Formats: sequence, C-alpha cells, structure tokens
Amino acid sequence: MNTPQTHLASLPISVKLILVLGLSGLLAFPFVGQDFYIQMVTRMMIMSIFAMSLDLLQGITGLVSLGHAAYFGLAGYVLAFMSPADSGASWLTTLPLAVLASGFAALVIGFFVVRTGGIYFIMVTMAFAQMIYYLFFDNKFLGGSDGLYINVRPAVLGLDLENKLVLYYLTLICLFLTFFFLRRLIWSPFGRTLNGIRLNEHRTQALGYNSFHYKLTAFTLAGALAGLAGYLWAAQSGYVNPELMGFHMSAHAIMMVILGGMGNVAGALIGAFGFELFMHLFKELPQIGEFDLGKHWQLWMGSLIVLVVIVAPQGLMGMLRPRHHNE
Amino acid sequence: MDLANFLIQLLNSVQYGLLLFLLAAGLTLIFGIMGVVNLAHGSFYMIGAYLAYAFTGVWNSLLWALVVGTLISIVLGWVLEKLLFRHFYQRPHLDQVLLTFGLIYIFEEMRSMIWGDDVHSVAAPEALNWSITLTDTLSYPAYRLFMLAICAMLALGLWLLISKTKLGMKIRAGAFNIDMAQALGINIVRLHTLVFAMGVALAALGGMLVAPLSSVYPYMGSQVLIMCFVVVVIGGIGSVRGALTAALLVGLVDTFGKVLLPQFASMLVYMLMALVLLFKPEGLFKQ
Repeated sequence: MNTPQTHLASLPISVKLILVLGLSGLLAFPFVGQDFYIQMVTRMMIMSIFAMSLDLLQGITGLVSLGHAAYFGLAGYVLAFMSPADSGASWLTTLPLAVLASGFAALVIGFFVVRTGGIYFIMVTMAFAQMIYYLFFDNKFLGGSDGLYINVRPAVLGLDLENKLVLYYLTLICLFLTFFFLRRLIWSPFGRTLNGIRLNEHRTQALGYNSFHYKLTAFTLAGALAGLAGYLWAAQSGYVNPELMGFHMSAHAIMMVILGGMGNVAGALIGAFGFELFMHLFKELPQIGEFDLGKHWQLWMGSLIVLVVIVAPQGLMGMLRPRHHNE
Repeated sequence: MDLANFLIQLLNSVQYGLLLFLLAAGLTLIFGIMGVVNLAHGSFYMIGAYLAYAFTGVWNSLLWALVVGTLISIVLGWVLEKLLFRHFYQRPHLDQVLLTFGLIYIFEEMRSMIWGDDVHSVAAPEALNWSITLTDTLSYPAYRLFMLAICAMLALGLWLLISKTKLGMKIRAGAFNIDMAQALGINIVRLHTLVFAMGVALAALGGMLVAPLSSVYPYMGSQVLIMCFVVVVIGGIGSVRGALTAALLVGLVDTFGKVLLPQFASMLVYMLMALVLLFKPEGLFKQ
C-alpha cells in the first residue's frame, strides 16, 4: 500500500513563483496588515514549520506519525519552565534548549517506535504522545490540565519577542531556514536514502543501508523541528497547555501536509496556510436565522477533510501535475 | 489496601477490562480483516451513550434503550460501510486516518446540534438502583455487577461466535488470509459489511451500558478510543483472544494504578504497551 505522493523533486516554475510571491508578501505584510492579522499570519507561519517538520516523516520517509504534536508541545513547556516569573528568558539559550529537548524526546521515543511500521507505527506514535500528554495533564508541578503561563516573553540583545514585529520576523526567518534546510535535505544522500526507505525498505536494506538508523535520525530531526515550531507557538501565545500535545493537534498537522500535497515540503508549507485559512473562515461563518454556522465549524472542517481525502488525496500540489504522471 | 477494598478494585478492573474488550474486539476485527484504521470507533461509543440518554428519556427504560440503540447502531454501521468505508479498504492508511478523523468532527458536531454540549446523566434502571453492602463503609452498586455480567456474557457470546460457528470460521479465515478465504468461496464483501456493523454495534453497546455509570458528555469517545488502540496493539492486530487478554490486563493496570500511583496512573498503561512492544513488536497474540 504505497501512499500517493506529490514528489516534485524539482519544483515546477508555477510553484516557485507562488513561493517567491508568497515570501515577498510575508516580508511586506507587517507594513500593511493590522495587528490582529499580523498575529494570525505569525500563527500560520508557526503551523507551517510544524507541518514541514511532519512532512519529513510523512511524505519523505513514509512514516505516518499520529503523535507529532508531543514534540511541538514539549518545546513550549521547556520555554514555560525556563521563563522567570517576572522577566523574560533569553531566547538565545531557551530556543536551542527547547529544540534539543524535543529532539531528545523524539530520539528516545523513536528508539521504540521506528521498529514498527504501517498501522502499528500510527498507533504507537499516538500512544506515546498520549503518554506525554497525561504526564503533563495529571501532574500539578508540570502545570496540570490548566497548563502554564509565560508571563514575560523571551528577549535578547534588544530583540524582544513581546514586540509583535520582532516575533513575526523571527518566525519568518525560522520558516525560511526550515524550508531551505528540508529542500536541501531531500536532495542529500541522506534524503535520497529516506526516499528509498519509503519506496522499498527491504531493497534499501539490501543495498547496505541500516534503515533503523536512518528512520531514527529522521524521527529525531522531525521532532526537533516540531520543537522549533512549538517554542515559537508558546512565545506567541504566552501560555502552554496539554492540548498542544493532543491528538487533534497531531491530526491537524497531518491534514495540513495532505492538503498541500506531501513529500516536497512546499506542499506542507502551502497546506498549513490553507488549513489555517479554512479554519479561520469556518469559525467566522455568519449566523443564519437560528442556526449559527460558525459555531459548528467542526462540521465544515470535518466535511472538508473527508472531501479532500475522497476527491484530492494528492493535495493542492497534486493538481498541478498532469493526470498521466500520477502513480 | 484491605481485602474488601482489593476485591472491589478487582471487580472494577474486570468490569473496565470487559468494557474495553467490547470496543476493542470490533476495532481489532476491522483492522485485521479490512485493514482499516478507524479513528471514529470512539465516536460510535459516544453515539451509543447519547442514544441511551435519549431513549431512557423517552421510555424510561434502559432495556428498551439498549435494544433500540443496538438496532440503530447496526443500521448505522451497515450504511457507513456500504457508503464510505468500503471504498477505503485498499487506500493507504494515511487516507483512512484522515477520513475517520474527519468523521469524528462530523459526528461530534452532529451530537452538539442534536443534544447540545452539556453533561447529562442517565438513570440506572430502578431494579438495579441499589447497592450490596460489604462492610460498614464499603458497598458495591448493583448496576456495576449487572454491567459486569452483561459484558461477560457478550464476551462469551463473541468467543462462541468466532470459535464455534461457521460464520466465526469465515471471520477467522478472513483475518488470516483474505485472498485464500475469497478463493474458497467466502463472500468477503458481505463478510466485511457484517463485521463492520457488528463492530459498530459492540462499541455503541459499550457506550449505552456505561452511560448510567459515567454520565454522558462531549468527546467521551476520544479517550476510550486511544485506550482501545493500546489494547489492540498489546493484543496483536486481528486477534480477538489477544484483545480480551490485553483488555483485562489494561483494566487491571489502569484501575490499580489509579489507586496506588494516582499521579502516573494514566501513563502506566502506555508504559505497559511500550514494554510489550519492546519484547513482542507484533503484540502478544499475533497470528
């Protein structure tokens, strides 16, 4: 059962154009957008980083993780723990530590989960994420079900994340770096081997590659990058709670990657923006008579997800390719 | 922990384990035979509980609610399989995950439209609304014993169905090797519909039985769903015997964990799963 992919090893000119336009738009946006929308776009960029990190597993290596949010949330908690009550932490130290913590958790959990495959991998990643979720949910000293507040956002050398613009551009830089890092990775010998594992793990092993090591490295790296996104999320919202690690968060990330088209990183990037936009639109739907359309956003979101899976399992990017090229 | 208390917890853990088995049995069969990851299985449990709430409100009788609710859930499973799930058996697991995740949203929102977002309680039947006094301070509600008995009977019935009847033989054949089963003339399409409807009905029945104990609330399916996944992973995909063993094991660990190690109780089950995976990566009873 091979997953339909939109492997655009080299991105078509149309996608490149969209990306360049999108990037210029993002660079210029704070000069024209209102405060509310700047925060919304920051949020979208953070989710894009999260979705791209999942694409490394889901699209490139072929491992469907239903527990990726655990590493996202963990980094947020690291920031919350390291933030003093009355002043901001330094993001120059907390950011790398948070990313390392998420990467380390992914390494330990990955040691167990990458031995499994298929259905087992899906369920086991989910179960481990739940384990972490309950660890934080049940323990008061870890914040419990209410979570933790970050009273003052991190700052360093005058770059204060309390300033919405600084946070915006820091997130944009992280988005940019993550995108180019992962695009380079696809073409590296490491990325080619991951691609081989996705297409045929036994054959890749027969060629002498230790697939366990490769998968574990990918899992760790994806966890660390999810941590980067989680750190930024916590820095933006000012609080963390167990829901960040929850099952819905993980499933949303999968949906973002699918919506854009997986396996080429650009799809995940576009899909995350698309997903968040849809979410925003559905929640803003008007009230018609007695019936509040916006209140029932889950119905529209659920229907959209079902529709995408039935009609366009290859996502938006999949539509760019002519039919006869499809697998 | 004295003896009376220990016995109460033991009964609770068996009762919880058997409830998990009702849910996990359908899930593991749907996995094993159709190869479908069904995240919406917890929603069927939730739907069952809400049906029990709705029907006891109408007829004031849990028994009638159980009968009518089970029939409705069989029909629901039948229709869903024919219209939707059937087309996803050959699709990648990722598509199945997304489809069923989308369904969770749809089911939850429909629940919210029909019954609202409040927590509701369901009255236990009058005849069972009493307790057995154990010591001066300890007693055990009769409804729990009733539920234990029903779950045990259902588990026994399911075991008899799977291991002693011709239909059960077909189901086992389907779980073991689907192509071979088909080559031997088993109508696999009908078998799929049947197994799916049965799984939905068992999950809904679990929800209906639990309603008087735990009350009925939004998203009640999610937590149970994840527990069922753990049970299926520990037991081995497609193995009903494994699901029973694992469900009882999980029931024990979870119930006694909550008493002895309340801080880490919810984690213990997942640790158990990690241990099993470490030594038996395909579950305890992989066929």
